[in-house]
Amino acid sequence: MPSKSRNNTVAPARAAKSRAVKTNVHLPFFGCSVSCGFPSPADDYIEKKLDLNEYLIDKPAATFFVRVSGDSMIGAGIHPDDLLIVDRSKEPKNKSIVLAIVNGDFTVKRYMCRGGKIILKAENPAHADIAVVDGMQFEVVGVCTNVIHNLK
Amino acid sequence: MHERDPQSQVNPAHLSSAVPSPAFAPTSAPNASLISNATPAPIFALVDGNSFYCSCERVFNPSLINQPVIVLSNNDGCVISRTDEAKAIGIKMGDPLHLIGDIIKRHRVRVYSSNYALYGDMSARMMTTLAQFTPELEVYSIDEAFLSLEGFEGRDLADYAREIRRVVRRDTGIPTAIGIGPTKVLAKVANRAAKKNKISGGVLNLCDRAAQDCVLAEFAVADVWGIGARSAAKLARMGVSTAMQLRDADIDAVQKLLTIVGRRIVLELRGQSCLALEMVQEDRKQIVSSKSFGRPVYKLDELKEAVANYATRACEKLRRQKSACHTLSVFVQTNRFKDIAQYYNSGTVNMGAGTANTSRLIAAANSVLENIFRDGIEYKKAGVILSDLRAASAVEFSLFDDQYKHAQDIKAMNVMDAINARMGRDTLGVGACGASAKVGQNANGASTPLTPAWTMKANMRTKCYTTRWQDLLKVG
Repeated sequence: MPSKSRNNTVAPARAAKSRAVKTNVHLPFFGCSVSCGFPSPADDYIEKKLDLNEYLIDKPAATFFVRVSGDSMIGAGIHPDDLLIVDRSKEPKNKSIVLAIVNGDFTVKRYMCRGGKIILKAENPAHADIAVVDGMQFEVVGVCTNVIHNLK
Repeated sequence: MHERDPQSQVNPAHLSSAVPSPAFAPTSAPNASLISNATPAPIFALVDGNSFYCSCERVFNPSLINQPVIVLSNNDGCVISRTDEAKAIGIKMGDPLHLIGDIIKRHRVRVYSSNYALYGDMSARMMTTLAQFTPELEVYSIDEAFLSLEGFEGRDLADYAREIRRVVRRDTGIPTAIGIGPTKVLAKVANRAAKKNKISGGVLNLCDRAAQDCVLAEFAVADVWGIGARSAAKLARMGVSTAMQLRDADIDAVQKLLTIVGRRIVLELRGQSCLALEMVQEDRKQIVSSKSFGRPVYKLDELKEAVANYATRACEKLRRQKSACHTLSVFVQTNRFKDIAQYYNSGTVNMGAGTANTSRLIAAANSVLENIFRDGIEYKKAGVILSDLRAASAVEFSLFDDQYKHAQDIKAMNVMDAINARMGRDTLGVGACGASAKVGQNANGASTPLTPAWTMKANMRTKCYTTRWQDLLKVG
């Protein structure tokens, strides 16, 4: 047990994880030293601090952040200037919200797949859905896993 | 082939590193799979990003897909990365920008300044993704890695490589080519052949002798890893022009011509592995930070500011590898290609007990610069070289060095590095570096940089989509 109190900052053991999304895990320090004689009753219950990266991101190397610029997905709780977390490694399921490329542009839409047909659905009646047809440049970049909305 | 800043071209240093040469060298090429050894035969895969810098740009700009794209070297000098479409219209690696203006206009080539913050981050993502597939990986350059596939012999290696390619493309957006072979040199050959051959699907396995024969017979010896233009010319005089001829050449004659390095290449081509995977990068013995200026510089003050910035960069690298520098050199030079009064000079100063302190190194660099500066010269380039690097923990003090001051130095530098890591480069720096771009940032983080004359040209640089909050991609 260290005699001096310190606050250790260590990077996660796997360098791999720290490369893509930098994250610091603050390890708790054990506040009592032998000389004080009376151990803190909390020492046995100290756990690591909560890390939002761990909560929001499964695969840092495949995860990208993008800024929302329009209101076409407002019905899904995605507002202009929100931050979207996109995981490229996830395959879209029916009704996933995806970041896609359509004819040279990025777009965020709900991925609707029924009977072999794909529709990119807007969550705002003012915006038209996009039906994916032959000859169209179309690619799902990744699945939007979380939206971060600032309440200020 | 692969893109690197031409100024920082690295030769495969491992080829000349101390790998013990076998006492007995076989005169006939053995079949790799027949070598009986106590340890299983190694298998290497070389993965490299296709037109890596251009591919990084495409990930964040889908309108570049299927279009000719090029990325320029520092200072927008020459082409260092080009897509297949750009290659098809005749743009070559190393072409100076000012000579290809016509082609660019005619074919609407998309031209970008290099964006190393972006490429570095995308490279780290690619390497992390590759690390999922094997416990042993050597990052060879920003866009290349050697993987050990030893122990994967049971499965179809080409199939496994196709899976690696698919996942790297999916997770990072970067297309790759993969070459597999029993040695690093053969894996390199396989990688290059995989890229050239469209039907390979980006994967080529050269573990098999028949496949090796087929590819090596058509492979120019100058394209073999470790054979430079000069070596190729020497080999040509020996009648060796293909990789197959080199493999089957008299190994002693090759050694006489190209030293032990040549011998190893021949052995590697024969399927006998001499170069192991190097998973731990050795610390640098010397750190160089230098760049050409965006426009000519005449004044001592401007030179000092530039040199202070280069010293800052070099010093950050120094601290990252936990070294201290004992010798510092500064050089200045004019533009060799311009018809003006030419000048080159450099000076060196001893740093005593050794230091990794930015302000001390800047002060030393300034005193050197004052000595070598001449008035009335049009300066094009300056640089700082830190050498005689030793572990920072081994700093020795003389009677006259102040140990307390040294400890304070280390604390101050640690704080500076920590703040810059968190808030972005150059948030905190030494005054001598001048007003940095950060000064000109408004509340939203949009920058209105105060650009001094010496900063390099990068007029067509894209944003740092993955490393700066204010630069995130905007999507509707």
